[in-house]
Amino acid sequence: MIEAEKLGFRYGGADWIFRDHSFRLPRGAITAILGPNGRGKTTLLKCILGLIRPTEGRLVVDGVTGYVPQNLQSPFPYKTFDIVLMGRARHIGFFRHPTRADHDAARDAMARLSILDLADRPFDRLSAGQQQLALIARALASRCDLLVLDEPASALDFRNQAKVLQALARLSDETGLTVVFTTHAPQHALSIAQSALLMFGGSTYRHGSVDATVTDENLEALYEIPVRNLSFQHDGRNVRTVAPVLV
Amino acid sequence: MSAATETPDRIGAGARLPRYALWGGAVAVLAVCAAYSLGVGRYPISFERVYGILVSHLVPIDTFWSVSDQRVVELIRAPRVLLAVLAGTGLAVAGATLQGVFRNPLVGPQIIGVSSGAAFGGALAILLFSGTSAILGLAVAFGLAAIALVYWMSRIAGRNPVLMLVLSGVVVSAFFAALIALIKYVADPDDKLPAIVFWLMGSFATATFEKLALVAPPIVVASLLLFAMRFRINVLSLGDEEAEGLGVRVEASRWFAILCVTVITASVVAAAGIVGWVGLVVPHLARMVVGPDHRLLIPASALVGGVYLLVIDDVARVATASEIPLGVITALIGAPVFAILLRKTQGSGWKHD
Repeated sequence: MIEAEKLGFRYGGADWIFRDHSFRLPRGAITAILGPNGRGKTTLLKCILGLIRPTEGRLVVDGVTGYVPQNLQSPFPYKTFDIVLMGRARHIGFFRHPTRADHDAARDAMARLSILDLADRPFDRLSAGQQQLALIARALASRCDLLVLDEPASALDFRNQAKVLQALARLSDETGLTVVFTTHAPQHALSIAQSALLMFGGSTYRHGSVDATVTDENLEALYEIPVRNLSFQHDGRNVRTVAPVLV
Repeated sequence: MSAATETPDRIGAGARLPRYALWGGAVAVLAVCAAYSLGVGRYPISFERVYGILVSHLVPIDTFWSVSDQRVVELIRAPRVLLAVLAGTGLAVAGATLQGVFRNPLVGPQIIGVSSGAAFGGALAILLFSGTSAILGLAVAFGLAAIALVYWMSRIAGRNPVLMLVLSGVVVSAFFAALIALIKYVADPDDKLPAIVFWLMGSFATATFEKLALVAPPIVVASLLLFAMRFRINVLSLGDEEAEGLGVRVEASRWFAILCVTVITASVVAAAGIVGWVGLVVPHLARMVVGPDHRLLIPASALVGGVYLLVIDDVARVATASEIPLGVITALIGAPVFAILLRKTQGSGWKHD
């Protein structure tokens, strides 16, 4: 569970990146954070992760957070398993190294995302989609209650977008994991999130259920171009998506 | 989930037995190299005699060697060989640690300024005092001062710490090099100057058990501490924000590692002068064998480093009639080896940041 009250952040005496943001993200829910570049999405994630301290307001994060960065660049070509194993770091003492139980936790996390076959491959040789799944596995290996992802599906093709989003939905569904992710694609919010936080910059924001917040008016105000919610039938189901009017 | 049930229990752990055999073999190679090195030099002693002298300490056997054989092996070469192994393992562990912690395969104790700082401290100690303890004390003090300067400089400049770090190292090295030149300039040319110059070029020739007793504890303790934190070095090598997101206290961990590296480097400099390139080249050689995981890389670097400096010290002893300074050979071998490694291992052993 995450509870924010009049939360604000700025660097030094610069302009507020965001301010007066109050919201409550319940346990087990998936929340998408939407907003144009530079409106503080990633900054808010860093506050939630405890990497930076909010300038004002109150922020309560209940439980262990697992961080999934957009990408991971290491000069050393570690094996994927070793990358996942590093998710155990918070449970391993300064002068200790991973025990059998830590190995089991890492293996377990990879199995849950069906990527055990990638264990011995160098992480830097994986596709972007596989890397994203491995980084999610790494966060899971830490036995986190809350998964925080920075644009998990932004750099991926359609198939891998679907894979990563389905994995997140399944994890939240099966284990009651709380998930927060930022995205530039409102259709990602529509596909798996229950709630959405729209950050307009400054002290303007909308928070609520996806249906109530991801509307044509809000998205147009957010991205400053015309945006349309569309729905159509697929496999007997009503599917909703969002299209920007680019011309 | 079918993949999970079919996968053997040992994913990521590797096969147990062959790995132990491999480590045992590597330790044996180091031991054989050390024993062989006891016989090498201006006064060559056959391997049987060296073996006999060593074994005679464990079980009583008839002597088939001369008294001078025994004296050379036990009093001159034994401390020298032990110091070479100690310096090689220490510098290699220090280098592997720095490369991991700073996420850059191009850094070594020399490049980030620790060596020059320690060298200045040592030269100052020779100028003002005499005795190994003064050299050790000042070498460690100025090694720490150098790394503190480098760290402070590269932090305020912000965004690209790795590049800034290397550049700051260059700046600090140049600064201490100037101070060393100043010391040489004011030193007594008949007495102190040659002592400083020969000490700076690096040599194990002056090794004694007393010297060893002084520098071995800090090198061994600092190396063991780095060995113990080898998993943490893996996590640090992912980058600051990453490591912090994984729940590691980055700043404290990194400073601790740097402190250990400084103690090792300064101790080696105090005992043997500047032995360059070992900390830079050896981790690359080790990485080619065991891969990038520091849990394996740290011990592997230690073993390779020990053998490497033993061999180089043997070459220093026998290549010409008089001894060649160690620093000269490590650079003559290290620079081209490193150049070849740079070209060959791109993309396999490590990548550019």
